[in-house]
Amino acid sequence: MSGLRVLKPGPQSLLQDAGRRGWQHLGVSPAGPLDWHGAAWANHLLNNPWGTPLLEIALGGVELQAEVDTWVAVCGAQVPLSLDDQPQPLWARLPLRKGQLLRLGFARSGLRAYLAVAGGFIAAAVLGSVSVQLREGLGQAVQAGDLLACRPAHFTRSASVPWPYLPDYACKPLLRVITGGDAASFEEDQLQGFFAQTWQLSPHSDRMGARLLGEAVQPPVRQWSLGVGRGAIQVPPDGQPIILQADHQSMGGYPLLGWLHPLDQGRLAQCPAHHPLRFTPVSIGDAQAELREFYRFFRR
Amino acid sequence: MIRLEPAGAEALLLVLAEQPDAQLPQRIALLAERIRGELGEVLIDLVPGWTSLLLHYDLMSADHLELAERLKPLLERWLAEPFVAQAGRLHEIPIWYNGEDLAEVARLCQLSVAQVIELHAATEYRVGAIGFAPGFAYLGELDARLALPRRATPRIAVPAGSLAIAERQTAIYPHRSPGGWHLIGRCPWSLFDAARTPPCPLTLGDRVRFRNIDERDFIREGGQL
Repeated sequence: MSGLRVLKPGPQSLLQDAGRRGWQHLGVSPAGPLDWHGAAWANHLLNNPWGTPLLEIALGGVELQAEVDTWVAVCGAQVPLSLDDQPQPLWARLPLRKGQLLRLGFARSGLRAYLAVAGGFIAAAVLGSVSVQLREGLGQAVQAGDLLACRPAHFTRSASVPWPYLPDYACKPLLRVITGGDAASFEEDQLQGFFAQTWQLSPHSDRMGARLLGEAVQPPVRQWSLGVGRGAIQVPPDGQPIILQADHQSMGGYPLLGWLHPLDQGRLAQCPAHHPLRFTPVSIGDAQAELREFYRFFRR
Repeated sequence: MIRLEPAGAEALLLVLAEQPDAQLPQRIALLAERIRGELGEVLIDLVPGWTSLLLHYDLMSADHLELAERLKPLLERWLAEPFVAQAGRLHEIPIWYNGEDLAEVARLCQLSVAQVIELHAATEYRVGAIGFAPGFAYLGELDARLALPRRATPRIAVPAGSLAIAERQTAIYPHRSPGGWHLIGRCPWSLFDAARTPPCPLTLGDRVRFRNIDERDFIREGGQL
C-alpha cells in the first residue's frame, strides 16, 4: 500500500471520519472532527464525500513524505504549510508527488488543521468508524514511521475555498446557543449572567469538553442521568459550564442550560486556552435551517 | 405523561417518568426497540437514561416536531399497556471480592467483610442504564444496607474489571478509567470488546447475578493480577 509516511507526528494527530454512529446506547462516544467547517472544506476541495477519513492535527508540527502521487488540502488552523520548502496556500488543493516533503508548522491562529487526501486515508474501522477516540482506547494517535495509506489520484487543476468562507480565528467569537434542557429551572438572573459576561476558555479543555472560566452560574438540581449530545452546555455545581465536544460521554447528570449551535462548535474548537468567548441566544428553527443548508452543500 | 423536548438541533428527548422504578428499565428497553423499528434510518443513536430516552436523529430526514408527531401513537400505546415482566437474559458474572475499599465499606456500613460480600452477591440486579464509558452498566438495586455516597475524591485510575458500589447502584468498570465509586471486587472477564459482536454482553433490562470466586478461579477465568 502506498501513502504518506509520517516523519513528525505533531503533538496529537488523529484520523477522523464522520464519527462512530449507532453505539451510544453502549456508552461509546461518537468522536469525529472537532471543527466540521475545516474538515468539510478539506474533503470538499478533493471531491471526497462527507466524512471521508482525514487527519485532524492539533497545533501543527507535522512532517510527511509522499510515497505516492496524489493531491491534498489543508484547512482549519493557520499553520505555515510548505512543500519541499516552498510555501503553499491553505484552504486549497495541491498536487503532491512521490518523494516530496509536506511540512505543517505550528499554528499562528486557530488550533486544529485538517489534512485531507484525494480519496481519503485508508484505515481499519472499529465499530463502523476509523475515528480515533483515545479515552476509549479506540485507535491511536499517529506515530512517527506510520504510513497513512491512500491511493494515487490526479486533478487537472487547482481549486480553493472562496474567501467569504475563510474564518478569522483571532477575533473574539460570539457563539450562538439554543437554550433548553433545564434552562427554565435556572434563576432568571443566572441565565442572564451566562449571556452577559465574557467567558474564558479553560486550559483544561479537551476533545471531550470545552470548559469555561468566569463568574459562576448557579445551576438548579438535577437528579437522574440522561443521554447528552454534542454541544450540550452542562453546568456542574461549581458554576463553570462545560460544553460537550466530539468525544463526549453518552450520558450525563449535570443540569443543562442549552446547546451550542452545531455550526459554532467548530469555531469554539479553534480557540486556544484563555481565549475570550461570548454567547447569544438563537432559535432552534434558525439553527436547524442553517445546519440543513450546510449539510445540503457538503453532504451531496 | 410523557414530555417531548428538543435537545439541541438534532436530538429529541423523551422524558418518560419523573422517578425511576424497578420496571422502568425494561419498559424503556421495549420502547427503544419499537422506536428503532418505527424510525429506521432517521434514527442515528438512541440513549436510554434512568427516566428518559434521547433520540439523535438525521436532520435531513426530519425535525423534532415531525418526530414528535410520528411517535405519538406509539408512545400512547406504550403508556396505556399493562406492564408484563420480561424474564430478561440472566448473566452470572464471577467476582473475586477483594476490592481496595472492601474493608472500608464494611466499616462504614457497620458490617463484617463477609456480610458485605454476602449481601452484594445475594441480590439479582437489573441493567438500568449503560453509559459513562463503553460498556459501563448501571445495575440496580443495591441492598440499602450497602448504600454509601460516592467517594469525596474520585480515583484518577480504577483498574479494568473493578466491581464498585455507590448509592443504590453497583457496576463494573470495563476499562481502566477515573472513578468515584467504592471498589469491592474484580471481574476476570472483559465486559467491552469492540472486536466482539455484540461488543458488550449486557443490555438494558438484563438480569445479573454475581458469583463469589477466589483468586485461583479469578486467574483461571482469565483475570490479570
